[in-house]
Amino acid sequence: MAEPLVKKDDDRDDEDYSPFMGIEKGAVLQEARVFNDPQLDARRCSQVITKLLYLLNQGETFTKIEATEVFFAVTKLFQSKDTGLRRMVYLMIKELSPSADEVIIVTSSLMKDMNSKTDMYRANAIRVLCRITDGTLLTQIERYLKQAIVDKNPVVASAALVSGIHLLQTNPEIVKRWSNEVQEAVQSRAALVQFHALALLHQIRQNDRLAVSKLVTSLTRGSVRSPLAQCLLIRYTSQVIRESSVNTQTGERPFLDFLESCLRHKAEMVILEAARAITELSGVTSRELTPAITVLQLFLSSSKPVLRFAAVRTLNKVAMTHPLAVTNCNIDMESLISDQNRSIATLAITTLLKTGNESSVDRLMKQITNFMSDIADEFKIVVVEAIRSLCLKFPLKYRSLMNFLSSILREEGGFEYKKAIVDSIVILIKDIPEAKEGGLFHLCEFIEDCEFTYLSTQILHFLGNEGPKTSDPSKYIRYIYNRVILENATIRASAVSTLAKFGALIDSLKPRIFVLLRRCLYDSDDEVRDRATLYLNMLGGDGLVGETDKDVKEFLFGSLDVPLVNLETSLRNYEASEEPFDISTVPKEVKSQPHAEKKAPGKKPSGLGAPSSGPTSAGDAFEKLLSAIPEFSGFGKLFKSSAPVELTEAETEYAVNVVKHIYDGHVVFQYNCTNTIPEQLLENVTVFVDASEAEEFSEVASKPLKTLPYDSPGQSFVAFEKPEGVPAVGKFSNLLKFIVKEVDPSMGEADEEGVEDEYQLEDFEVVSADYMLKVGVSNFKHAWDNMGADCERVDEYGLGVRESLAEAVSAVINILGMQACEGTDVVPSNARSHTSLLSGVFIGNVKVLARISFGIDGPKQVAMKLAVRSEDQAVSDAIHEIVASG
Amino acid sequence: MESCPTVKSILLLDSEGKRVAVKYYTDDWSTHSAKLAFEKSVFTKTQKTNARNEAEIVMFDGYIVVYKFIQDLHFFLIGGDDENELILAAVLQGFFDAVGLLLRNNVDKKSALENLDLILLCLDEIVDRGIILETEGSVIAGKVATSGLDSAGSLTEQTISQALATAREHLARSLLK
Repeated sequence: MAEPLVKKDDDRDDEDYSPFMGIEKGAVLQEARVFNDPQLDARRCSQVITKLLYLLNQGETFTKIEATEVFFAVTKLFQSKDTGLRRMVYLMIKELSPSADEVIIVTSSLMKDMNSKTDMYRANAIRVLCRITDGTLLTQIERYLKQAIVDKNPVVASAALVSGIHLLQTNPEIVKRWSNEVQEAVQSRAALVQFHALALLHQIRQNDRLAVSKLVTSLTRGSVRSPLAQCLLIRYTSQVIRESSVNTQTGERPFLDFLESCLRHKAEMVILEAARAITELSGVTSRELTPAITVLQLFLSSSKPVLRFAAVRTLNKVAMTHPLAVTNCNIDMESLISDQNRSIATLAITTLLKTGNESSVDRLMKQITNFMSDIADEFKIVVVEAIRSLCLKFPLKYRSLMNFLSSILREEGGFEYKKAIVDSIVILIKDIPEAKEGGLFHLCEFIEDCEFTYLSTQILHFLGNEGPKTSDPSKYIRYIYNRVILENATIRASAVSTLAKFGALIDSLKPRIFVLLRRCLYDSDDEVRDRATLYLNMLGGDGLVGETDKDVKEFLFGSLDVPLVNLETSLRNYEASEEPFDISTVPKEVKSQPHAEKKAPGKKPSGLGAPSSGPTSAGDAFEKLLSAIPEFSGFGKLFKSSAPVELTEAETEYAVNVVKHIYDGHVVFQYNCTNTIPEQLLENVTVFVDASEAEEFSEVASKPLKTLPYDSPGQSFVAFEKPEGVPAVGKFSNLLKFIVKEVDPSMGEADEEGVEDEYQLEDFEVVSADYMLKVGVSNFKHAWDNMGADCERVDEYGLGVRESLAEAVSAVINILGMQACEGTDVVPSNARSHTSLLSGVFIGNVKVLARISFGIDGPKQVAMKLAVRSEDQAVSDAIHEIVASG
Repeated sequence: MESCPTVKSILLLDSEGKRVAVKYYTDDWSTHSAKLAFEKSVFTKTQKTNARNEAEIVMFDGYIVVYKFIQDLHFFLIGGDDENELILAAVLQGFFDAVGLLLRNNVDKKSALENLDLILLCLDEIVDRGIILETEGSVIAGKVATSGLDSAGSLTEQTISQALATAREHLARSLLK
């Protein structure tokens, strides 16, 4: 604007000066009256609109009346022929988003502009009109829009195409009629028109797989000029590849050559898009990855931060699945640790942690220590998590990694960061027995000077469970009692509980614990005193509470066997009266799907969540859920629950998956059903299971699901008996049966009458791997030697022709369902032979270790030597049986 | 991944993190306070970095933020975390270049506010409801600038087009009934 809108304030220096200083909504709305002047001052009007837009942009809102007034005033401005003013009018109308009856007022003016000779008017009027219009008006302007799509001015064509993309959401049937014009526009010479046309064409056809595939086939032959359009094409191509991933036998992937050719494109955005598409191909092989990794490696040393970031982020993702493919970039990666951009540095570090081998750990840790001090907490958390997984991968290195964690624990940091460290230490303690004493000691030191009550209480709780099992429990008492003296009431109370746990488990410490607990009887806080009194009575065993030793331990260490939500509702409903609250009246059934299950796959185990109380893992949650069902309570201890197996395609009417629960003499199938139709209520949902192809199984019980309303998942169960301790296998076919009732979604009430119906589900199998728990050992050699060769069995097998060694290794590991130790599930590229170390627990709680040596020859014949050691010869044989029959 | 590259927001803030001009294209931040909170965290997370030569990048809360600073102005462009960073950077560069051309290389907060109409038109020509319209700075600036230069064509041309327009208007009205 040429002249300042508000007079400059002389007191201010030039720095703080703003043309909008002291602007006020009421005054500007007054000013807007100039729109009604018979002699329009275009410049003045533009300035007022700018002020209005400034107000809106600063977050000011107009009332309905104000907005309507401004809108009507603005429509008057169509009389002016000033182009600049017209542009501002367009902006204003879009900002005001007028209501339907207001739209009619400007429709004619906008339609006039749509057919103007000035290209800029046409383009803008199209965008404004399409933005504010509804379906009825659209049919009237459709003809003009179709014309505009093939307009020779690219700005006009783009405006129409982009508007088409938006309108497709609301009026698909109209936009779909424009296919021919859009197709013509795809051939446009103007880069952006091609981009917009391709985007719209794909969206029109996105539900027609064949059409998308045709589109990709014709365009990949090379008529796309614009880099943006090329990026789109790459996305559509990888979509087509995903959906046609069947042809694995020949090994040739369709369109891969196209993606590879894009790696040589002159635009960096296309190269990146293609490289990323290749790395994200499902089941991508190292050979397919190589060219993509090579271009990304070049990006790593670019002078542009955005390029380095994009490359290192992509490589970081690749490192999760194909660490060996990324090792070539390690040198470039290491130089990025000192990158100015801390996001890039953090990604580089975590990538190195993923690709590193055992020997490079110490050197890496040294580099990271220097790096940690100058990055933000959120990055530190990422690094801590990477170190945790590194430690689980190389348990022998626990000492240096644990030392690192404890040293950063002593440094400054916020809650989330400290929690991540503590969680990591807890997980390491749980998984690496050798690390336990050292780790507990670090935690003890931490709570001496910990500002977070939550972390202190969690650590105390964990200490109570783990501390008594160590070689010298007495050394922890001092740390715990110090909390009672120095901390706030919440921490004091949990320290009291922890003391009691030591007392309950270790008789020699009991007298000393009593002295300490008695001191707590004079605490100023009710909760602390109450706990101390309770524990003194329980542990004292002087008959007051009259509980046996076992009860005491159950009380201290056992978990609450009712869901907290249910307990909360019951407590809310409880009215104070003579009758005491009875915890056994709280319902045990979990209403919706157990929370833990939804996040089970992929999520890292939460460390402190509640170390032994409450469902930390899906397994615990399942056990609780199942034992609450009387029909299944007699089956004994749950051995293993499988990951959910989908029995329906995605986006069908009813989504069902099954979890296989294995007991010693039974299996229970838990069918998780979700009803995705708002107009239906299902009742009495059962699964009819045909076990004719599973001879050793016989159905003993089934528990139908009473009701299954829309979008609220529920479970139906079927139980089978099978020979005790035997890993019986078989195939099961399933039919979902139910009574369906119509629901009026607006009212939410279901009809009285229902109709019986059924729904075919897919088959699934119970396989040998279902009887194997994945349990890792930290030091395989040690465990192997300890197990001894008494029940060893060694045999050799030919696996026939395989795509690659890595594929053969992962297939065998999957068949056995065992845990790969020390990272031996990863096969170096180009390796001719490989040894995998596996461990697990077989049904009947028999520990099993396996050492498998693989070899591959020229024509890709794979042979393997399998050595199994276990505590039971029969089990060793059974493992061989699995491989022989698999 | 979104099938079409999408911009979630464009922010132009001053050296204290205050708004000069902002545009939001998604409902990720539905309230005014959510928007302000987001702007604040974007600003503080990038404040200490040097983005004066090359565009810089940061990722947090599931968003990719590419940004560039000049004088007391901070340019930000925000996309989803699965977006192609280089596409976002290209759009940012287009915005940055266009503003430079429109303000005749005198790019600072003062002249941006004095020419806020040009900045707003510029934003309007770059992204339409999240979809990228144009990435080339000179083209964007050209589209914005033409509006000020050629005011209406010749008189005769006007009368003819006016007559045509009135006829069309008539037609449209009768259709609307």
